[in-house]
Amino acid sequence: MTLPEIQLADKSEQRLIRFGEYSLMWRVFRRDPLAVASLVVIIVFILGAIFAPLLTAYPEQGRGVPNILEKFKPPSSTHLLGTDYLGRDVLARILFGGRISLSMGFLVVLIAVLIGTPLGAISGYYGGRLDNLIMRITDIFLSFPSLLLAMAIAAALGPSFTNTMIAIAITWWPWYTRIVRAQVLSLRERYFIEAARSIGVSDMTIIRRHVIPNILTPVMVQGTMDLGSAILTGAAISFLGLGVQPPTPEWGSMISNGRIYFIERPWFAGSAGMAIFLVTLAFNLLGDALRDTADPRTRRVAP
Amino acid sequence: MNQTPLIEVKGLSVHFVSSHGILRRRIRRVRAVDYVDLAIYPQETLGVVGESGCGKTTLGRAILRLVKPTAGQVLFEGKDLVQLNPSEMRRRRREMQIIFQSPQLSFDSRFNVLSLVAEPLQTHTSLRGEALIQRVVELLEQTGMPGEVLFRYPHEFSGGQLQRIAVARALALNPKFLVLDEPTSALDVSVQAQIINLLQRLQAELELTYLFITHDLSVIQHISDRVAVMYVGKVVELSTTDAIFSGGAKHPYTKALLSSAPMVDSAARRERIILQGSVPNPANPPPGCTFHPRCPVSLPICSLVEPKLVDIGDGHLASCHLLQDEVAHPNAPLVLDV
Amino acid sequence: MSDVLLSVQDLHVRFDTYAGRIYAVNGMSFDIRRSRMFGLVGESGCGKSVTGLSIVNMVPHGGKIVGGKILLTGQNVLAMSEGEMQDIRGRRISMIFQDPARSLNPVFSVGDQIVRVIRQHIHLSREGAYQRALEMFESVALPDPERIFRSYPHELSGGMQQRIMISIALACGAELLIADEPTTALDVTIQAQILALLADLRQKQRISILLITHNLGVVSETCDQVGVAYAGRIIEIGETDDVLFRSKHPYTRGLLAALPQSATRKSALQSIPGNVPDGLTLLKGCPFFDRCSFAMEHCQQTPPPMIPVGGPVEDHRVACYLYPQEQSA
Repeated sequence: MTLPEIQLADKSEQRLIRFGEYSLMWRVFRRDPLAVASLVVIIVFILGAIFAPLLTAYPEQGRGVPNILEKFKPPSSTHLLGTDYLGRDVLARILFGGRISLSMGFLVVLIAVLIGTPLGAISGYYGGRLDNLIMRITDIFLSFPSLLLAMAIAAALGPSFTNTMIAIAITWWPWYTRIVRAQVLSLRERYFIEAARSIGVSDMTIIRRHVIPNILTPVMVQGTMDLGSAILTGAAISFLGLGVQPPTPEWGSMISNGRIYFIERPWFAGSAGMAIFLVTLAFNLLGDALRDTADPRTRRVAP
Repeated sequence: MNQTPLIEVKGLSVHFVSSHGILRRRIRRVRAVDYVDLAIYPQETLGVVGESGCGKTTLGRAILRLVKPTAGQVLFEGKDLVQLNPSEMRRRRREMQIIFQSPQLSFDSRFNVLSLVAEPLQTHTSLRGEALIQRVVELLEQTGMPGEVLFRYPHEFSGGQLQRIAVARALALNPKFLVLDEPTSALDVSVQAQIINLLQRLQAELELTYLFITHDLSVIQHISDRVAVMYVGKVVELSTTDAIFSGGAKHPYTKALLSSAPMVDSAARRERIILQGSVPNPANPPPGCTFHPRCPVSLPICSLVEPKLVDIGDGHLASCHLLQDEVAHPNAPLVLDV
Repeated sequence: MSDVLLSVQDLHVRFDTYAGRIYAVNGMSFDIRRSRMFGLVGESGCGKSVTGLSIVNMVPHGGKIVGGKILLTGQNVLAMSEGEMQDIRGRRISMIFQDPARSLNPVFSVGDQIVRVIRQHIHLSREGAYQRALEMFESVALPDPERIFRSYPHELSGGMQQRIMISIALACGAELLIADEPTTALDVTIQAQILALLADLRQKQRISILLITHNLGVVSETCDQVGVAYAGRIIEIGETDDVLFRSKHPYTRGLLAALPQSATRKSALQSIPGNVPDGLTLLKGCPFFDRCSFAMEHCQQTPPPMIPVGGPVEDHRVACYLYPQEQSA
């Protein structure tokens, strides 16, 4: 047999492509109308946040510049969602606020995953005292009500986007450690880890090359669901005044500031609330759908 | 055999200890492998047979130090593997490999065949690029897999094909010794035949030594030179295959085991020895001889004193008080009438 | 014959999966007589387990019975409603599976589980059901039935769990017991116990047993009749001794020749080239065509019908064009 023509990168870089599996997952996924709808909603919001300056006629108002003359205008053809108590176009505020809220959520989950996953992998793989130590630390963090802990840390660090993000991430990583550890423990039942050890691959390399890629799917699912909760938590902290400060737009603080006017002029607090609701719901449904598609049992049966 | 053994196992024990109870006071000790002595000679196939809990799987892994022995020595070409430090052990691993029972679980399903078979080569050699692929193709063809499979993934193959790939991977570093842990138990009969043929051919070509672990007596009889029978962590009988299978089995457990195995047999349905009770829990084995509660010919001494594994003639080892009696009193009538 | 208890006639079952349509059972036909043990034997993918499940209409989700009849003393169970089937399951036909630990509910005592089944089908008081449960435990040679009654599944060994499954299966007087690989997960010495038990029960209680397995040795030692399955249909059927020692079909012969015990020690085993079909394509002719060393052009066109081949009782039949189609010779 002649050698196939392929460009070879350094062969120590393994190819982790698994086309068969992901296309199968996609086929299952797209049959669930709720899943597809949630994905669409999320994409809309993300695109809205990215292209915010282009989508509104009032980008400076979105960023915070007041326009007192137009305050409290209800939704109309010039201001699709009305204006807020400082006359700023609400739609613009939502779009720009989306940048803050959404990125907060993504970054929080990202940091939590980056901290929690390796810890969980090491804990599950080595077991013994190291496992005990990591688990006890995890338990300590988990024993605090996460919102209170996040608030406390945010208050201590001072209000800002970065500090809020750190505060929430600190309360979030233990969940991932737990999930990853459970996955690793079940992975040890499969022989290929032993096979790698029998070949003489070092433990760290085994974790990096074999363990972590195989536990990515549940982490992905959990992460997706957590995105909604992270956004919600970020909004909650800002709502309480501990996070992002005005004039920077953020959905939580928009609700907080619009609260007192809500009965008679619901459109700005209401829009922000609606945005949070839709995004959180969409992420939850998406995560649920991902979990179903990743489960090999549900995949076996066609409609 | 008068050669020097390739592997000598001396007093090997693997005990799993865990603490239970509220104050972690109660200790639970599972004697998976309990003071086993074995020798494996170059280019032979030593079959290890037994039922669940007998320790055969743990024994195989302990020899390869995939499981940490609690006590004893594993001498590979004279060097004790248990004493080696991790980097020396890693170097030694080139010479001994393992094939697992379930081919589907033996591979990281995220990797293609090329990456899977190349992994040992990347870890231990400096082969890269085209030379690496060439070597992988050689290995695959040696086990009957065409080179076209390089970029396919484990889930695309049948059990038999996966086992061939597993063998190719195991042979990548030119090992001398292979532990085969139930390699054909998960395969259909016709595929099992193919894999057994492959293993035998490779053993002759590459001068390999096999430790063949299985519960299937017909396979062991076919492929082994010598057979060790294990029960609850101990070797109860060890001899040549012919001696054990042609009516020469001496230990009551071996006799019962042989008669229980269902065979396609045109002779009249034989008298089976059906044992009472179930296989004991290795965490709580019976005192004395572990087999005595189920043994059809047990003596009072069997519940008190554990019999030693001794030579009862011609290098045939067995651990049974009745047989040792025979050794001590060769003219006494044999009470063994099973 | 009037003593035929169950007759499977031309059963077809298929599965729709994301990988495509799988033709699991393609015209499976066989009869089980009263008080006899019938072995349905074959390798993986031959459709034997699906057939067993079809008899009690419990084909897994995604599968569909698309043809054929299954007659239980003349009545077609495939035409029955779910309510009628629930009455049949347990009372007339019972099934036990490979892993007894997975068939028993871990949070209830074993006694609870058998009593529940008993009272489902038989009108007995709690006390009456308890007595019957103890009787059943004794009939499967379980020591100390009262203690077992109170035990939980995880406290018992695999062999005992399987005995309990058998006793639950027979508790309501079933006439047919379907055993799907009942001893594959058990140790060899325990396997011998369970098989002896099944043979004993068949004798004493005159039940019929359908034993589904891939192990030819088990079939040889315990079954009266054997059906060899390949790619979803029976390719050879008859009395055990006829099928195993006077085999006619090339597949049966190949299978027997591939057993390690059939070869001299250390010599190469005879193997059948190729792999079992994966069921994704509906095969036109004989399913064994591409692996058969006696294949003829004719074999690829139409599937061979089952024809009797010698044997004094005319029960030994084979689906192969190697044998003359007429009844002569």
